[in-house]
Amino acid sequence: MRPPLSLLLALTGACASASKGTSAAQAPAPAAAPPSAPAAAKSESTSVERPQYPSTYTRHPNPPVLIRNATIMTATGQEIPNGSILLKDGRIVAVGAKVDALAGAVVVDGSGKYVTPGLIDDHSHLGVYAAPGTDAESDGNEATTPVTAEVWAEHSFWPQDPQIPLAIAGGITTIQALPGSANLIGGRSAILKLIPARTVQEMKFPGARYGLKMACGENPKRVYGRKGGPSTRMGNMAGYRAAFIQAEAYRRRWDAWNKDHKGDPPERNLRSESLAEVLRGNMYVQNHCYRADEMAQMLDLAHEFGFKIRSFHHAVEAYKIADLLAREGTSVSVWADWWGFKEEAMDGIHENAALNQVAGGRPLIHSDSPSGIQRLNQEAAKAMYYGQRSGIPVTRDQALRWITANPAWALGLDSVVGTLEPGKMADVVVWSGDPFSVYGKAVQVYNDGWLVYDRNDPAHQPRTDFELGQTPAPGSDR
Amino acid sequence: MIALLLAQTIAITGGTVYPVSGPKLENATVLIRDGRITAVGAAVTVPDDATRIDARGKWVTPGLIDGGTQLGLTEISAVNATNEGALRGSDVAAAFNVAEGINPASTLIPVTRIEGVTTTLAAPASGWLSGQAVLIDLDGATIEQMLIRSPVGIVVDLSEGSKSAGGGSRAGVAQRLRRVFSDALEYSRRRAEYTRAQMQQLAAPAADLEALLPVLRGQLPLIAFANRKSDIETALRIGREFKLKLILAGAQEAWMIAPQLAAAGVPALVQPLDNIPSYDALGVRYENAAVLAKAGVKVALLETDTHNARDLRQQAGNAASYGMTWDQALRAVTLSPAEIFGVGDRYGSLDVGKVANVVVWSGDPFEFTTAVEHVFIRGKEIPLRSRQTELFERYKKLPPQY
Repeated sequence: MRPPLSLLLALTGACASASKGTSAAQAPAPAAAPPSAPAAAKSESTSVERPQYPSTYTRHPNPPVLIRNATIMTATGQEIPNGSILLKDGRIVAVGAKVDALAGAVVVDGSGKYVTPGLIDDHSHLGVYAAPGTDAESDGNEATTPVTAEVWAEHSFWPQDPQIPLAIAGGITTIQALPGSANLIGGRSAILKLIPARTVQEMKFPGARYGLKMACGENPKRVYGRKGGPSTRMGNMAGYRAAFIQAEAYRRRWDAWNKDHKGDPPERNLRSESLAEVLRGNMYVQNHCYRADEMAQMLDLAHEFGFKIRSFHHAVEAYKIADLLAREGTSVSVWADWWGFKEEAMDGIHENAALNQVAGGRPLIHSDSPSGIQRLNQEAAKAMYYGQRSGIPVTRDQALRWITANPAWALGLDSVVGTLEPGKMADVVVWSGDPFSVYGKAVQVYNDGWLVYDRNDPAHQPRTDFELGQTPAPGSDR
Repeated sequence: MIALLLAQTIAITGGTVYPVSGPKLENATVLIRDGRITAVGAAVTVPDDATRIDARGKWVTPGLIDGGTQLGLTEISAVNATNEGALRGSDVAAAFNVAEGINPASTLIPVTRIEGVTTTLAAPASGWLSGQAVLIDLDGATIEQMLIRSPVGIVVDLSEGSKSAGGGSRAGVAQRLRRVFSDALEYSRRRAEYTRAQMQQLAAPAADLEALLPVLRGQLPLIAFANRKSDIETALRIGREFKLKLILAGAQEAWMIAPQLAAAGVPALVQPLDNIPSYDALGVRYENAAVLAKAGVKVALLETDTHNARDLRQQAGNAASYGMTWDQALRAVTLSPAEIFGVGDRYGSLDVGKVANVVVWSGDPFEFTTAVEHVFIRGKEIPLRSRQTELFERYKKLPPQY
């Protein structure tokens, strides 16, 4: 009846558009700052003295919470039946078959329920392509020139996007909000705690590194083919190379000046500043790329300039080069089953994530969709069961890691979130049943210990300003 | 003729059979002969010449029906050379029947049917009064072999997306639709004068007005795409004025007026996982299908992403998760769409005499754990192969053997 979402995204150039094992040790994965750390500025502000757009995130004060008698899926290889988990001061304090009660803790009966880490979507356009989807809210693609490394998604992000509470209700606790894929280099991503907030600064994940959005293939050449180029894939490659050649010269000037601060500092250039951070290894490349042969080209580009590609996004053909991707230590952020909305997406198969898993790679399931982000668990389930039915030995724990620990790694936050282990941030979801069942739903979502969603308690079902007086309140028809 | 050439008897034995038209049957047999269901029940005698399919421990249902696709009309969404669903140049295209745009060789057809979806609506893709939708089975070497019913209805878009057809105003859209309908009636009364050019200019070419006459006689449904409550009410109002047989599609805010829809006997095609608010439907929500079904509205569930029509079962599972009963959800992807599209006498349930579109599942068809084990379309077993299974076979071991 209507064009599917994927086609709409394709036409707007959103992203879909037209959008471990051995390798873990090879990729540099510097531990992110601990949850309490202020926004790190030491390497970030190489060209200015003052902090740039710092996080103002603070933990919401909450009583300790003890969830008991639940199946605890830790994402560390364990599934604990009749287990418990204790949250206190924003941290996971204890997980196991037996956990001592704590005075003053809110006790949640988890009988019949499942507990997982908070889900992480490393590919979202929430807030930058906000509902209700008007031109006025279309802030995801600075489609004015093919390299816009100077734009930052956080400067577009609208915290009152009514899609945010929907994603929270799906168990999402952290997102990477990315610029779209119209451009070769689309700008900086924002790594955000998915919580109700007045400003994006309050949502910025403390200590998280920025991502740099890059895009291969059809989108940039479609958008710029008649606007001065690039109009070909070889033009795309030349465009990235030109940008990094400039950035390398810029990095040398600034790194030299930073040694002794002699004389005037070099002139700032925002575009090169972002790219120089990639060259220094301080920022992660998040690369929209569908075809196997193009991913191989992008890996060569990364070798030419000495940086790492942290994740290929969409990567519908990653299964064709799963061995290469595992060797390179580049994760793949994929869908369970999207395909066919454009030519470079024609070869999508259900087994993509599973094949990359058994090849020793680091697959993860992403959404690129305000709808799909609400059921990442279902998409992971599809990818897991299709893999298993095709004879690929993927486990429930691996599939859970596709939506928790692996995206945490892709964002450099794997020491902070993504598993249920003592000391990790208390990002926890309680499910009505098996999260890999179509009938399992998030019933409680804790973000840093804060109960941000409770399916059975309207007092914990936050609504955005946009919704007030305009969309029906939950349960208003009953 | 083809059916006769392939004539054979198939007995699916020992499964838990969900006929949809009645309660489930344990340890039952579905007997298929010459493309039709010839027996269903626990005490069916299996003829000696029958091919036996052992379905013990399996679930047996009718093939699923998706009324929300352009299957057969598109190959690659972004490549216009492969798209046939839209007639450009005129926003009144009532005479445009999509059937001859269908590509029986489309790669989407095997991809979809091996997941248990056996029948789909091929609907015009865009435009206002955009043309005639047809119903197809996902098997057949020619368009004729695939077609079940053509047309099934004429599609009109009363949502935000087609406001330009009314000069940018919803009121303009409604008034223009009335004028087209009135002119069609006028045309039918005064064909001779029209031919002699003795009439004022009509709101659409004669062929399109002619095509609308079955709709205006209440013989052919008008499939009205509308999401906002007020647009749905406009559809109902115009439906009453012209005594139309309406099918509501999209219907995102229909839950707000479910009793009125039930009273009007208007069925609704809804996508359960729609819940992103837009100015076309700020009240869109997951519970829509459940509220409608509870009020007695006949509901068919959709997966509107044509390439992933196979996710219809995920849509249905979520509809069940958000308040439909499981039985309602199964009916809403089998018998209800068959009835809504005018083929309830031949499709949508496992009953004697019906076309043998049958799926054998390893378990609950809505669950991710469940595999499709056998698919029959018109009694013919479909090989569980597609371009995607071939890609998997090529690349499951690296490097591939080219």
